[in-house]
Amino acid sequence: MTHATDADLKRTPLNARHRALGARMVPFGGWDMPVEYSGITDEHMAVRTGVGLFDVSHMGEVEIAGNGALEAVQRITSNDASRLAVGQAQYSALTTHAGTFVDDLLVYRLAEAHYLLVINALNIAKDAAWIKEEIASVTDAVSVNSSSRYALLSVQGPRALEVLQPLTAVELDSIGYYWFASGEVASIRATISRTGYTGEDGFELFVSPQSAERLWTTVLEAGSGAGIKPVGLGARDTLRLEAGMRLYGNDIDETTTVLEAGLGWVVGWEKAVFNGREALTRQKVEGVSRKLVGFEMVDRGIARHGYAVYAGGDKVGAVTSGTMTPYLKKAVGMAYVSVEVSTAGTEIAIAVRDQHVAAQVVKMPFYKRA
Amino acid sequence: MYHADLKYSKDHEWISVTSETGRVGITDYAQRQLGDVVYVELPEVGQVFNQGEQFGLIESVKAVSDLFCPVSGEVIEVNAALEDNPESVNQSADDAWMITIKLSDPEELSGLLDAEAYSALVV
Repeated sequence: MTHATDADLKRTPLNARHRALGARMVPFGGWDMPVEYSGITDEHMAVRTGVGLFDVSHMGEVEIAGNGALEAVQRITSNDASRLAVGQAQYSALTTHAGTFVDDLLVYRLAEAHYLLVINALNIAKDAAWIKEEIASVTDAVSVNSSSRYALLSVQGPRALEVLQPLTAVELDSIGYYWFASGEVASIRATISRTGYTGEDGFELFVSPQSAERLWTTVLEAGSGAGIKPVGLGARDTLRLEAGMRLYGNDIDETTTVLEAGLGWVVGWEKAVFNGREALTRQKVEGVSRKLVGFEMVDRGIARHGYAVYAGGDKVGAVTSGTMTPYLKKAVGMAYVSVEVSTAGTEIAIAVRDQHVAAQVVKMPFYKRA
Repeated sequence: MYHADLKYSKDHEWISVTSETGRVGITDYAQRQLGDVVYVELPEVGQVFNQGEQFGLIESVKAVSDLFCPVSGEVIEVNAALEDNPESVNQSADDAWMITIKLSDPEELSGLLDAEAYSALVV
């Protein structure tokens, strides 16, 4: 049954660790990645109730530097990067001129005129080319695809801080949510970012690829008393969905605008110029015709990507993400629906195979940590 | 894990036959491939299936899979407890039977795999 690994797949520096831990490996965005180790539910619960360790080294990094760096970042991303202090990060969209998503990303201000953009694995080549082209006319700003220079480990869960703290002199609790610090973790140079994609407290550690294995092993050992578990892409998906976070390629892409995706809060309306500003401003004035909403199944059934959404017998949209969430133990999902049926409480139906199964529009996130 | 008194299909179902009826479930290999099972949809008693026909479906956190009937016959019993405890398929696939079927053609059993042949298939 074991099929030969596609030789073209890229491997993170932790590939051998995943295999040694018995992970089930799958191709994801051109990468050979672990989808699960002990099981999606088990890993999901570890992150909600204890701590989990993720290898997210497949994520991409593009750096923008030079005196024009802020102007460049402001032009290509929707959020207002001028609000970032050095040491601070923000969620944002890399927008097309139509206000849709080339990608979604985190923007880190590393230094006065030096930004780090963390982008999705499957978009690395596309984003790097797009960014280079879009900032070409900005004076004194260069972009570099530095994805191969970073390994990225993510430690997530209510016990993440207590597991990591003994490994570093940096006072972790002094790092605010969406802030980061430089320091050593297990004697390894790291950028320690209080961010994540799980809805829990946690830290993302940017380190050199050469140090990744040592850091991975050290964190697993340090967390053994707290019951730390390695977590694969399967639980990463159920965790982010429970937390109401969008996934590029499922919930957002080049056909969906930032406003349709319900991400108006990442638009810096006061910025004079950014890609997609005109389109988004027009859409804001005219109103969107469809919206990304969260829903919960009322009757038995699990919604999946692509299933049609009905209201009053009419097709009103399509599911973009859906699963049975391990922590809430509810079948939930996200869907684009006509704005008329987008209010929380609206009764809808999801076409699960040949049946219409009752569901209800609900507010996201489905899960919010205490 | 694979038992001499069971027969196996290449679609990863097992059948445990007692005279003219057989209980059907999925194999341990199948449950491991699926991952955490969260939903099982089974047929009604009285429904008739041909060998290889889909009789239900099973969903894990990550995917949906069809259940295929290893033999032809009529469903005479359904394990409704699985609807409330789908995770029992992961806990013990060999005990988590799904349907009992009245065989319409017991000859079909000779075309199924024995434990040894099935083990070889899923190595």
